[in-house]
Amino acid sequence: MKFGVVIFPGSNCDHDCYYAMGSVLGQPVEFIWHQETSLDGFDAVILPGGFAYGDYLRTGAIARFSPVMEALNGFAKSGALVIGICNGFQILMEAGLLPGALLPNVGMKYVCRWLHLRTESVATPFSSGMKEGQLLSIPIGHGEGNFYADDDTVRRLEDQDQVVFRYVDARGKATDSANPNGSLNNIAGIVNESRNVLGMMPHPDRSSEQMLGSEDGRLIFESMVTALSHA
Amino acid sequence: MKATVIVTLKPTVLDPQGLTIHRNLETAGISGVSEVRQGKHFDVEVGDDLGEADRKALVERLARDVLTNPVIENYRIIWE
Repeated sequence: MKFGVVIFPGSNCDHDCYYAMGSVLGQPVEFIWHQETSLDGFDAVILPGGFAYGDYLRTGAIARFSPVMEALNGFAKSGALVIGICNGFQILMEAGLLPGALLPNVGMKYVCRWLHLRTESVATPFSSGMKEGQLLSIPIGHGEGNFYADDDTVRRLEDQDQVVFRYVDARGKATDSANPNGSLNNIAGIVNESRNVLGMMPHPDRSSEQMLGSEDGRLIFESMVTALSHA
Repeated sequence: MKATVIVTLKPTVLDPQGLTIHRNLETAGISGVSEVRQGKHFDVEVGDDLGEADRKALVERLARDVLTNPVIENYRIIWE
């Protein structure tokens, strides 16, 4: 089992993800420079947070043209596990591997704080270790995390159980005040139809051990390890 | 040859930037504006050595594949 963490110019959570997989979970993990054209030998790939290529045009707009993204497209189509966190989620959307788009936060503020997520679906390789409805304490840090998709796409995501995480309050209610960025239906994370590609704005890499304030994020990485050991 | 590419959010997409500008117009002493939507404007220069068809195809590709996210945005091209 080998995990890969892609580094784009401007990634800044690459080491956090590497540390979480390698030191906290004790799994083999390697960095993958964005110029790589092959992902042979990897079982799961993490697109980390940051500001790939500076995000000047739109978040993820240029990163999706990096050579590694063509390999990642085939990798995802083959059913291998891909998780995009924050900027990684934005890149997966620009690349068309996940539906929708991430707009600037309502209120235009960069929001960096701890919040609660509710686990909406445990039928994914990223959430099989949780209980349905389980609340997770995980931080966000983004200026463009306002999930948008047209009505049909949102309905399909909901109907097909593709919404994995929702922003909720401490009691687990998906209220407007618990929504940090204006995301439709309080959506914080989704999977593709084949359920092997997850994108989420909150940072499991920043909540993988108690010393950081919460180890709830580790459940996501542990679920991936479990899925791969049964594969 | 110069072209201008204008990228705007689709009418159905919420525009947090435009809303924020609109909300603060009164501070600037401007009233009576019912809506503001913000877009992007790109001035693009393409080599004169390319034929007209190639120039148009190049800027079209730039606008469609790079400057615009088709999920949320529309574009139009204005040639000088």
